[in-house]
Amino acid sequence: MALHFELVTPAKLVRSEDVHMVVVPGTEGEFGVLEGHAPFMSTIRDGAVQVYKTAGGAPEVIEVRGGFAEVSENGLTVLAEHVEG
Amino acid sequence: MPSLKELKGRINSVKSTQKITKAKQMVAAAKLRRAQAAAEAGRPYALRLAAVMASLAGKVSGDAAPKLLAGTGSDKRNLLVVVNTDKGLCGGLNSNLVKAARIKAQELLAEGKEVSFYLVGKKGRAPLKRDFAELIGGGFDTSNVRTPGFEEADAIAAELIGMFESGQFDVAHLIYPTFQSALAQVPTINQLIPVPAPSAAEDTGAVVEYEPGEEEILAELLPRYVKTQIFGALLEREASEQGASMTAMDNATRNAGDLINKLTIQYNRSRQAAITTELIEIIAGAEAL
Repeated sequence: MALHFELVTPAKLVRSEDVHMVVVPGTEGEFGVLEGHAPFMSTIRDGAVQVYKTAGGAPEVIEVRGGFAEVSENGLTVLAEHVEG
Repeated sequence: MPSLKELKGRINSVKSTQKITKAKQMVAAAKLRRAQAAAEAGRPYALRLAAVMASLAGKVSGDAAPKLLAGTGSDKRNLLVVVNTDKGLCGGLNSNLVKAARIKAQELLAEGKEVSFYLVGKKGRAPLKRDFAELIGGGFDTSNVRTPGFEEADAIAAELIGMFESGQFDVAHLIYPTFQSALAQVPTINQLIPVPAPSAAEDTGAVVEYEPGEEEILAELLPRYVKTQIFGALLEREASEQGASMTAMDNATRNAGDLINKLTIQYNRSRQAAITTELIEIIAGAEAL
């Protein structure tokens, strides 16, 4: 089982995939989310979301602006206002 | 009875009208697909945001609730945000929206409440101004951008929230067309501000940790929710406009075709009559000799 990660902007669903770990730039500091993370919600600051497809692999970096991250039993959902690229 | 030349002229003019309506129809059909895709692509965000809202709003209540959620405690001054299109040639879409807005306004006025309007898009201005000239407040012009995007929604939401916070109204309703199909676009009225308390989310029992706090998150979430609602309305408007336009232009093209057929028959009959008269004259002349 891997972490289900979704990145959504108002314009479209950017990512919906199973990954190993995601590092999210929360307003009070970056946090990494692995599978089985406790329910958690945070606002995010402008910055890079790092998506680790596999353990130890190089992260994919996605620049996001403004939004929320929500961790529930269904995985991690990042609601961003804007995504670069 | 119009002369042959006049008929010919009319047929040509209807033909060129048909060319225009046909072109507009094809443009609308092409744009409709894109607008529909955009409207559908925008739904996941709205759905997830609504879900997050629902789970949060249940937890933050009472005095701690921000004004955007709790309201001002009064519902006297109403603001109707009417989202119309910028361009015409889309059948009854705008007049239906204006009608819905008018009915809502009269309902509120009958209840002794104050009503003002905030108009998005060009087409609703004139008819609403005719009926409620003194009630038209602000407006937002979307005609200078090709496809209204999130920036426009952002600007509208910012202005509305600013107006709300400075106490210019108590309740805002959003009136926009919901795209059902190319044939049906239904005017919809939603309460925008204060944000209607979502129906209680199913309690998962899980203890959710919030960072920073629940109130701070909610305070940031509410304006975003308003923005998303407006963005959704703009997307729906876009799809509705193209759908309505496609249907209206399809009808217009067909009508023009019918009219051309009718005029052509009339033209041919007159031509035949003229030839017959000429022949009779010649024969009569020949017989008289």
